[in-house]
Amino acid sequence: MSDPSSASIVTTPPSTMPTEAGSGAPVDAGLPENARREKPRGLLGDAWRDLRRKPLFWISAAFILVFVVMAAFPWLFTGGDAVNGSLSNSQVKPSGDAWFGYDVQGRDVYARVIYGARASILVALVSTIGTLLIGGTIGMIAGYRGGWVDALLSRFADIFFGLPFVLGAIVILTTFNGADSNNNEWQIMGLVVMSLVVLSWPVVMRLMRSSVLATKEADYIVAARALGAGTGRIILKHLLPNCLAPLLVYGTILVGSFIGAEATLSFLGIGLKSPVVSWGIMISEAQNYIRISPFLLFFPAAFLVTAVLSFVMLGEAVREALDPKLR
Amino acid sequence: MSDILVTEQSKPGADGSGRPSGRLLEVEDLRVEFRTRDGVAKVINGVTYHVDAGETLAVLGESGSGKSVTAQTIMGILDTPPGFVTGGQVRFHGKDMLAMSAEERRRIRGEGIAMVFQDALSALNPVFTVGFQIAEQFRVRRGLSRADAKKRAIEMLDQVKIPNAKGRFSNYPHQFSGGMRQRAMIAMSLALDPEVLIADEPTTALDVTVQAQIMDLLAEMQRERQMGLILITHDLGVVADVADRIAVMYAGRIVEEANVYDLYAKPAHPYTIGLIDSIPRMDEKGQQLRTIKGLPPNLMNIPPGCPFNPRCPMAQPVCREKVPPLLQVGVSRASACHFAEELVNRD
Repeated sequence: MSDPSSASIVTTPPSTMPTEAGSGAPVDAGLPENARREKPRGLLGDAWRDLRRKPLFWISAAFILVFVVMAAFPWLFTGGDAVNGSLSNSQVKPSGDAWFGYDVQGRDVYARVIYGARASILVALVSTIGTLLIGGTIGMIAGYRGGWVDALLSRFADIFFGLPFVLGAIVILTTFNGADSNNNEWQIMGLVVMSLVVLSWPVVMRLMRSSVLATKEADYIVAARALGAGTGRIILKHLLPNCLAPLLVYGTILVGSFIGAEATLSFLGIGLKSPVVSWGIMISEAQNYIRISPFLLFFPAAFLVTAVLSFVMLGEAVREALDPKLR
Repeated sequence: MSDILVTEQSKPGADGSGRPSGRLLEVEDLRVEFRTRDGVAKVINGVTYHVDAGETLAVLGESGSGKSVTAQTIMGILDTPPGFVTGGQVRFHGKDMLAMSAEERRRIRGEGIAMVFQDALSALNPVFTVGFQIAEQFRVRRGLSRADAKKRAIEMLDQVKIPNAKGRFSNYPHQFSGGMRQRAMIAMSLALDPEVLIADEPTTALDVTVQAQIMDLLAEMQRERQMGLILITHDLGVVADVADRIAVMYAGRIVEEANVYDLYAKPAHPYTIGLIDSIPRMDEKGQQLRTIKGLPPNLMNIPPGCPFNPRCPMAQPVCREKVPPLLQVGVSRASACHFAEELVNRD
């Protein structure tokens, strides 16, 4: 194992991550430096080399890894029961027995926070990826083709842009996920993701479209054409890498706001519902007891903030790594 | 001439037949107009020129004379809309490129005809290393492995005299100096060993000493590879050393074409005379610079007759009525002036 990468691992807080940081992070770092120098590195290769030297990247990546593992295998972190509790424990404060205390219904807050990661992170990540893909693709087509294609797609996006977010989500979710509906956990998550994507893609589309418009006139696009590059190559190799930075930044912000949006929808009773556990549900349940039992709000909120912050930091690190001028 | 099989340098596209001796690239009566909101601008009004293998043609003209648009049309990178080709042919090896399919044309770009741009900083993709961008062509167009492509790219950088080519390979365009960038740009254009290189004001963005180096480099590359070189410039000083023939453009037309010596010694068009007169001279130190009075015509409203007539010191009534065709005057030179014969025969 080479020195620089193992040194940067050390900078991650050891308390938060007992096992995963050690096993997951330095997979690629073991490759001998000389072997990789032989080949010309592409944009991603250089970005990765740059990322490996950034403590910010390793810290945020470690946190995100923890959250992802938490979402996938919550039982690794807790033996507690997230759904059932004993009312005799209602609003018991944090102690050695239950680190985060018990909520109003006597359920273990620690277990609930751990189990809540899945719904929150899954919804936020899938919605973000969906929004970026759909908005990015449509924006790329509109910007690159221009003319009537652009006009049509832009007006189409404007229709969705005009819908107020919460109102739009209420309409979509009450239609498909009303009080009398009988959807299971995954169906509801799918519906929430769908409504988030449908209502947010126009922003990404506009971002992408405007960067493509600015970039496609650049001399290097013309030069690439003059050297015989095809349309696909121009879009993927020349336009996309140069238009990606604003999207990535917006994407990381989206993850955070989608976790919050999921919480809002849950609070309104049209998103995820008990017995499904999510940070949003926990926060909305806790708000009535904030003066008696502030810890009920504190723990899920702390996890949410940490998760959002990690994604934002990761996005920032990736954006910097992708911009050669900042190297 | 023996065909030696050289694996390193051989061109897959040329199937071993060597470069043909005939006309390599011909532009004939090319017409291009820009259809804008304000009206139709006739940017190219019947341009005819050609370049042969191993020959340097300089296309000279002021801004807006259509020299770059002609190059863009040859390359097929004209922005459509607003630009539309309304007539003429661009023949490469005798085949009209304007009639080819988009895919056929794309194949010619880079391998048949390549282009060097004016501002190398903006013509190189800022997010990829210079080496990667050169190597990419070998990978995509020649199917070389990454390692082989890198080797070839370093060779190319070395050929254009970039010091420490190996180390510079993984630098980004913004880490290069202006002259270096233009060298890298030239390396990139020459990577696929094109038969014609179009250099569109390759030295305009550079300072004078670097300009000379880049011109030398282009001339050397052209000699070594026996390419046809079309050098587009507005700088008379730049072309004198390098060009074999010069075509002078004005308002979307060729107004004079001649070899370098004839053109400088005895220009056969009043516009060329004006251009040559406006070169600052050491013996006129302290005096006002001579210029051609007036402005180039508005391309949406080109004056009837000779487009140069409003600025021409020799203008006669006939100049306002008849467009002078580009006619042969003397041996291998042509001029589009009603009084070309008189100009050539003056003492």
